[in-house]
Amino acid sequence: MTTAIILVLGAIMVCAAIVALLHTSLVTSILSAGAVSLVASIIYLVLAAPDVAMTEAAIGSALTTIVFLFALSRLREPGRTSDETTQTRSGEEHPHG
Amino acid sequence: MANRLIALLVVAGLAAMLLPLVIGFTFHEDTPALGAEYIERSETDLGAANAVTAVVVTYRGLDTLGEVTVLFAATAGVGFVITRRRRTPEFAVREGRSVGAHAGIESTEASSLAGQGPSEILRTASRFLAPVLFLFGAYIFVHGHLTPGGGFQGGVVIASAVVLGIFGAPDRQLAHGTMTTIESLSGASYVVLGILGLVLAAGFLDPTFLPAGSFGALASAGAIPIIYSVVGIKVGTELAGVVDRLRSQEQD
Repeated sequence: MTTAIILVLGAIMVCAAIVALLHTSLVTSILSAGAVSLVASIIYLVLAAPDVAMTEAAIGSALTTIVFLFALSRLREPGRTSDETTQTRSGEEHPHG
Repeated sequence: MANRLIALLVVAGLAAMLLPLVIGFTFHEDTPALGAEYIERSETDLGAANAVTAVVVTYRGLDTLGEVTVLFAATAGVGFVITRRRRTPEFAVREGRSVGAHAGIESTEASSLAGQGPSEILRTASRFLAPVLFLFGAYIFVHGHLTPGGGFQGGVVIASAVVLGIFGAPDRQLAHGTMTTIESLSGASYVVLGILGLVLAAGFLDPTFLPAGSFGALASAGAIPIIYSVVGIKVGTELAGVVDRLRSQEQD
C-alpha cells in the first residue's frame, strides 16, 4: 500500500518535472518545479519523516520558488508584456551581458 | 547540441550513482541498532521527546554547527555579490509595476493596476497573516524538542512571514541593522551555549548542563529548546535578509 502511494506520487513528480522542462512560459516552469518539491515533501511524510517533510515544503516549495521569481523579475525590464516574455524562452539559453 | 548531450550524460551519471540506493531499498520492520540506541537514550539521558531533535542538536551537534556556518557563508556571499540600494517611495511604485508585468498581466487596466503596487487583497491578507506566521514559526522552534520540526523549519517559516510582509507593503523598509545584529548575536550565542556545555557538562554542545525536567513538558530536555530557538532566530533573520537583498533593484 505504501509502495503504491509512493509510486503514484513519484509519477506525479516526474510529470511535474517534465512540465517544468518543456513548458514555454518560465513562470509556469518555476511553479512546476515548486510542485515537484511539494510532492517530494508528501512522500517524506508518507515515509514517516515529518521533520524532513516540513523542511522540504518550506524551503523547496516556498522559498526557492520565491527566489526564482525574484531572479526572473530582475532579468526583465518593467513594462514588458507576457508576449515578449514567452518568446524569450529560447533566447534565455544564450547568456546576455 | 553538444551542450544537450553533455547535460544528458551528466544526468545519466547521476542516475547511475543513485540507482544502487533505489534497488537495495527495503522498509525496515525493526529499527537498526544505532537508531534504537539513539531513540532510547534521547528519552533517558536527555529527556527530549523528539528523537530527531536530540540527534540533530546533541548527538550530531557538530554537524548542525557546520550547517549554521554554511548558511552564514552563503548569506555573506549573497551580501557580497548583490548590493543593496536605498529605496525611495517612487522606486517602490516602479517595483510594484515590474512585479505585476512579469506575472503576465496583459490588459490595460491591469497594467495601470500594477503601477499602484499590491492589490487590496494582498495588502489586507499580509497584514492579517504575517503575525500569525511569525507566531507559528516561533512555535515550531520553541517546541522543537516535543513536536516534529525545530530550528531550521521554524526559521524558514519566519522568513516566509517576512517575505509576505515585503509583498504586502513594498514601500516599507526592512530594519537591516537590527536584523544583522540579531543574526550575529544568535550565531554567537549558539557557540556560547556550546562552550557552556563544555565548561559545565560533558563536552562541547552537550545540553545537559540544564536539568532534563519532566518528559514532554515545555521546559525540559536541558538546553535543547534554548539551542534550537537560537538556531531558529538565526536562520529566520538570515533568510529574510537574503530575500530582501534579492528584491528587484534598479541602478540609481
